[in-house]
Order: sequence, then C-alpha cells, then structure tokens
Amino acid sequence: MRVLGFILQKEFRQIFRDKMILAMMFVIPIIQLIIMPLAANLEIKNVNVGYVDMDHSSYSRQLMHKIASSGYFQLVGQPNSAKEGLKLIEDGVADIVLEIPPGFEKNLIREKKQDVNVLLDAINSTKSSLGGSYLMAVLSDFNRDLDVQVKVPVLTNMGVRAQIHVTGSNWYNPRAEYKNYMVPGILVLLLTMIGGFITAINIVKEKEIGTIEQINVTPIKKWEFILGKLFPFWIVGMIVFTVGMIAMYVVYGIFPQGNIALLYLFAAVYLIALLGLGLLISTMANNQLQAMFIAYFFMMIFMLMSGFFTSTDSMPDWARTFSKMNPVTHFIRVVRLIVLKGSGFEHVKIELLYQVGFAILLNALAIFNYRKTS
Amino acid sequence: MCFTNSPEEQKDQQINMKQLLVFIRKEFYHVFRDRKTLLILFGLPVVQILLFGFALSNEVKNIGIAFQDNAQDIRSSQLINKIKTSSYFKVQPAIVNYGDIEQRFKSGSISCAVLIPNGFAADLYTKEGAQIQLIADASDPNTATIVSNYLNNIIQDYQQELNPNQKLTYQIVPQMRLLYNEEQNGSLNFIPGVISLVFMIVSTALTSVAIVREKELGTMEILLVSPFKPLLVLVAKAIPFLLLSLLNFIIILLLSVFLLDVEIRGSLLLIFAESILFIITCLALGLLISNVTNSQQTAMLISMMGLMLPTLLLTGFMFPLDSMPKIFQIISHILPSRYYYDIIKATMLKGLGFSYVWKETLILAGMAVLLLFIAMKKFKIRLS
Repeated sequence: MRVLGFILQKEFRQIFRDKMILAMMFVIPIIQLIIMPLAANLEIKNVNVGYVDMDHSSYSRQLMHKIASSGYFQLVGQPNSAKEGLKLIEDGVADIVLEIPPGFEKNLIREKKQDVNVLLDAINSTKSSLGGSYLMAVLSDFNRDLDVQVKVPVLTNMGVRAQIHVTGSNWYNPRAEYKNYMVPGILVLLLTMIGGFITAINIVKEKEIGTIEQINVTPIKKWEFILGKLFPFWIVGMIVFTVGMIAMYVVYGIFPQGNIALLYLFAAVYLIALLGLGLLISTMANNQLQAMFIAYFFMMIFMLMSGFFTSTDSMPDWARTFSKMNPVTHFIRVVRLIVLKGSGFEHVKIELLYQVGFAILLNALAIFNYRKTS
Repeated sequence: MCFTNSPEEQKDQQINMKQLLVFIRKEFYHVFRDRKTLLILFGLPVVQILLFGFALSNEVKNIGIAFQDNAQDIRSSQLINKIKTSSYFKVQPAIVNYGDIEQRFKSGSISCAVLIPNGFAADLYTKEGAQIQLIADASDPNTATIVSNYLNNIIQDYQQELNPNQKLTYQIVPQMRLLYNEEQNGSLNFIPGVISLVFMIVSTALTSVAIVREKELGTMEILLVSPFKPLLVLVAKAIPFLLLSLLNFIIILLLSVFLLDVEIRGSLLLIFAESILFIITCLALGLLISNVTNSQQTAMLISMMGLMLPTLLLTGFMFPLDSMPKIFQIISHILPSRYYYDIIKATMLKGLGFSYVWKETLILAGMAVLLLFIAMKKFKIRLS
C-alpha cells in the first residue's frame, strides 16, 4: 500500500505539472460545451428558395408572399428565367427553385389545375425532402385559400364532415431545443476523451521515453503500477465531469432533473470502463503516434455509433447490435435519461449492469494484454 | 548573379536532387515500418465510409410508440391500425394509465404516446370534432418533431378517407425534380466531409506529430547538422504523406462509387487537382504546427482539437451551416476545409466545371501559400 501511495504521488505530480492536462481539464470542457451545442444543430431552420416568376400576375405574387412569410423559407432570389434559377442552385445559393410558368393565373382560373416546376438540390437529402414537404404544405394551403376566396357559399355542407383535432405536447423539452439534447451528450464525450485518449497517451509516453523499463525493474507490482496510472485519471475525469456539469448549468441553465448521486455513480463506473479501454490501447501501441491513432480510431467509431448525433433506433439491425456492445451508447442514454427526464434507479438499473460488465471486461482484457507485452 | 547555370551549379542541383530522393526513401521506410499506424490510416476511411453509408442516417425509424385507446370503438381501432402499419413505428404494449406514460418515457422504451379519448367515433361528426392527444418525448427534439409530423400526416390521411367527397377545386401541382441525386442517396452529402477529415488526419495531424517526434527524440538535430538543406528535410517529410493522402483519396472514391453507388459527375482531373491543392494546404498546416510546438502531445492536441473538431462541426457536411449562429458562419470562412467541401460538392457531385469554383480555388491556393510561407518563416534551423 505504501508503494501505491508513492506511485500515486508521482503520477499526480506529473499530471499537474503538465499544462496540457490542466488545459484539457478546465479549458477544453468549457469550450466544447459552449461551441458544440451551438454548432451541432440538426434543425433545418431556413431553406433557401429562388422564385422564378414568369407570370407576374396577382396570384403568382400572392404565392410568393405566402412562401416568404411561411417561416420555413428564405427568399434568396427572383430570377427571370429558368436558366438563371438553375444557376442559383449550381452556385449553392438556393436549395429549392420554384418556377411559375407564364399563364399561371389564367390557367388556374380556367382549367382549375396548373403544374409548377420545382427544382431541388438533393445532395443534402434531409434538407431537400424537408424543403419539399414544406413547399407542398404551403402550396396546398394556397389552394385552400383560393377555394375559400371563390366558393364560400358552397362550403355550407360542412356539418357532415369528419374532423379530428390533434393536440400535441412536448414533454421534458417543451420548446424542443436541440441543445438540451446535445449538451448531456457532450458531457459523455468529455469523459470518453479523458478515459480513452489521455490515459493511453500518458502510459505510452513512458514506454516511448523508456521510463517504463525503469519501473518494470523496481519491486513495484503490476497491479500497483496499473492502479497508480489509472486512479489519478479517474480523479481527473471526475473533476472534468463536475466542471462540465457546472458549465452545463451556468451556460445553458440545464440542471439534472434526476438524482445527481446516481449520475455520479454511472460516471464513476463508466470512467473505470473507459480507463480500461485506454490501458488496452496503450498495450497495443509502441509510441504516442500509434496510441493517438488507435485511440482516435476507436473513439470515432464509438462516438458515431453511440447515438450521439443520430438515433440508434433508426440503424439497421446489425448496426444496432453493434451499438449495444458500445459502452458510450449506454452511458449517453443514461445521462440523457437522468439529466433530461429525471429517471430514477429503477429505470436505469439494467444500464448499470451493462456498465459494470464493460468495466470488468475491458480492464480484464487490458491487464491480460499488459502482462503479455512486458 | 548569372541566369544560366554554370556546370558546377548544375552538378550541385543534381546532388541535391539525389539527396532529396534518398531522404524521401528514408521517410517512406519510417511510414511503412509502422504497420499499426498504416493499418489505421487505411482502415479509418473504409470504416467511416461504411458507417456513414450503411449505419448512420438522419432518418427516424423504429420509433417506440404506445396507445391509450379509451374509446375502443371501430374508428379508433381503424386509426390505430393505420398507424401500426406504418414502417416508422415500433408498437409497444398499450398504456394503462396516465402515470404509465411517464414511467415509459423515463425508462426510454417509448418516444411517443397517443391518447384517444372516450367517444371518439361519436365525436367525429359533431361540430367540435374528435380529439386526439399526442405526447412526444422531446428530450430528443429531432425525433419528437419528426414523429409529430408523421402522426399528423397519418391522421390527416385518415380524416381524408372518412371524407371522400371533399376535394379542393383548385390544384397547383408541383412537379418535383431532384437534381444531382434522383435516388435520394443519403451518403452523398458526407463523402466530401469524410475526405476532408481523412486529409486532415493524414496530412495535418500525422505530419505534424511525425516531425515533432524527431524533435522530441533528438534525431532532428542530427538531420539538421547534416549537409542536407534544412528546408529539404521538411519537403522530404511531407512527400510520403502527400502520397498517402492521395492513395486514401483514391480508396474513398472507389468505395463511394462501387459500394455506395455515388456517381462522380465532374472531371476526374479537376477533382484530383483540387484535392492535391487541399492536401498541400493541410500539409502546410501540419508543418506550421510542427514548427511551433515541441511535444507530440501538444501537436496532437492542436491538430485534433484545434483543427479536426472545427472541420467536423463547421464545414457543413454534418450540420447545416445556415442554422448556426452568425459568428460560427464567419469563423467557418477561415477554415480551408469549408472551401474544399464547396469545391468537391460542385465538381464531383454536381458536375460543374472550373468556372464555378475558381473563387474557392483561389482562396484555397492563397491559404496554402500563406501557410507555407509562415511555416518556412517559423522553421528554426537551430533547436532551442
């Protein structure tokens, strides 16, 4: 135990001497918490529309105002020809171009039916399909308006119409703000970086410089060395988690709805799992460069598959199975449940089992691998 | 100063050239000796393409939904069946009471609850109409919005079915034309992003760390005291990474075409030329980082946090730039990857020619020259 105390003392000194780690601990969490939720926004606020009006009639102008005032669209240009309209899309200025053909109003009154051309930039398929459906909604609204203008008296047989009124409510996040969803995820990202990245690089650094050999020839036991390496980073991780939680409250006013002790319990177990991963990575790498790349490789896959950006439910089956085997998925889920919905222990107890499982598995693998290489 | 080279100078140049080749060969040995890094270098783009292409999408599917049908009449069960047949939802056991909803939300088993009140069928034809309540779990606002839209559409549809004679007199029929991507291939948008990320990793992160490593190990000093010109040391270091980046680029293009069915519309020559320009910009960034830092960890931190994160977030391939705060849109203008993204989108995906991207190309070239210039200025021949 005395030996362990000395190792811990050494590690803490090394960590706190290193300005980089200090920066990682305090500056980067805050920067990430401030920048990422603002930038990582999947909401599509404005779809840019070019309106080619070749009719110049009262109807075509009405339609233009309706589109511009719908709140979905930003009118970015009113070129005079279809060719100029296409150019708006080619230049990336407009996402959608609507072409009103000559004789639009006349045909609409006479034939009751008129086609209009809609060009969509479909490279971003989310944006184009959303923009398309917004436009459909505005057009059918416009049709209905025309209906009312023309045939108010005909509509008296309304009584026999079946009507369904839908009232919707958004729980836990009434204004549906995306940042409320992102911020707890970033807390997870922070812990993941500490556990996976920094630990791996720190241990490999000793390998690269050769100081690990010196430690290997001392009477320090393997478990003392590993514990001495991991424990300080566990502390650092918990500090970062706390800093992150404070930043989350100060910057975004998000306060965990659920039990904070429960949150810390999960964070503590998750960190042990991730430290195991960091250790495992360090056993696979011979130098810091390799460690960085191996860590980056795993982190990238883990983060992408975790449901941080896109929902895991919509993944194909094989991907969903894979994402279930990913500790990040479970921790993100739990943090979101506890922070946003105030879930209690009874709701998340299975997740705790998962985390404990990951912690044991990853650390066992790491220690097994560690023995073999040294 | 004379303008024609004397034979001696020519000989000097030949020696320099030969030395450079020897050095480049040495750097290649360094790169190829490190099998693990190499494996990841080529594994990473492949995995990214596969994940983005097959696993990740912004679509929302398999949404957990549960009903509380207090009406239990023919209309309500018709409506519920209509929702059940939709492929978007995964129906969970019925809700027993109001408190049950909260429990289900808290355990995360459903994202949406539909409540149908008593007397649904009877209320349908009254003046007030029938009521339905949708409760969405908006802790994931994206899913909540999409689910509400889906459900509203289904309910509207059902209402329309009940009122077959209500047709609008006027019809403006939009003829939608999806440009550049008729098949709605969701992978199209992120491919330029994956390419720029890979370039950033190989050309910026790897290059800077590899150079700083020589500084840290002390071998840089040996190189600098050799008769070889110090600037050429940097050139020799950069060239293997340039080639690796290009090789990676080719792999990504092949995977995109044969695996993800992406159609390359523009001229390959132009796409390659623009990519080389971007790789050079990335290399210049890497050289600059390596010249201002002394430890591998700092170099990694700067290239990972300072460059990769902004590239991921502020280029527009993952999150729409339009929805971001103005300040980020302004910051995005100083990122080279933003211009490269625009260029690749225009040339590769839209099939436009050089005349559409000359401005972006010029900016990118300007950045490359400026960065190289600063990197050279900062390059110290003497260590500490």
